[in-house]
Amino acid sequence: MTGQRTEGGQPTDTRLISGPGLVLVWLYGVMVVGAVSRSIYQISADYERAPLAYTLSAVAAVVYAFITYTLVRGGETARKAALVCCAAELVGVVVVGAWTVLAPDAFPDATVWSRFGMGYLFIPVLLPVTAVYWLRRPSPGSPASSGH
Amino acid sequence: MLAALTIATAVSALVLAAWCGYAAYRDQPTKDRHFVGMAAVTLLAVAQLVVGIVQLARGEKPEQGATLFVSYLVGSALCIPAAGFLSLAERTRWGSVTVAAGAFVLAVLEVRLYDIWRG
Repeated sequence: MTGQRTEGGQPTDTRLISGPGLVLVWLYGVMVVGAVSRSIYQISADYERAPLAYTLSAVAAVVYAFITYTLVRGGETARKAALVCCAAELVGVVVVGAWTVLAPDAFPDATVWSRFGMGYLFIPVLLPVTAVYWLRRPSPGSPASSGH
Repeated sequence: MLAALTIATAVSALVLAAWCGYAAYRDQPTKDRHFVGMAAVTLLAVAQLVVGIVQLARGEKPEQGATLFVSYLVGSALCIPAAGFLSLAERTRWGSVTVAAGAFVLAVLEVRLYDIWRG
């Protein structure tokens, strides 16, 4: 993850992981590790117990991995892709969060997004909000980079 | 032994979080002294990993399962080094914020570890 500086293909002004973006990458990285290891463990150990919850955890893991990848990759396309995914992530957190509150019977075990991510200090719900705020600006440091 | 290490790691992680948070507040990147601090906290986390595995090998069982226990131990040991590497590439206050966030994540992992071990 630290090798991005030397990547030749992207002009530096489209890097998304400078400044506050780095903190986002770090937190997304943590969520990737958390969600991926959690879903692998749950699905391999005891899938039948809560198939819906475990599948949703796996979906969350994939979304987190993709967002982290786009953030690290940088560039205007990646920014837009990350923006769409963060919006999708936010919808996912809110829908799954509400679902777990309204119909707890459907979830014998918790998912990453249960109760709006309470088990993860609400990071799952705070992260996409912060990320959308960070990403909605055209690439930081570049004047009028949204022009083309 | 393990409980004492867990508490020591959690407390030192919180101190590191506050210290790097203060550096960020003063608009400073992580400096050598912060990396010494990170090394100290990481040392505790690695010691905890070793002690945890020894306890498992001696037949003690974590309440919530050995797989979960070991994954949290490994995650704890890697948490600060990962954040430290990221902050090396970001020589601004945001590098400090990242390490502070990493140290806070470690403190949370320690609380979970305590639960996993004791139930």
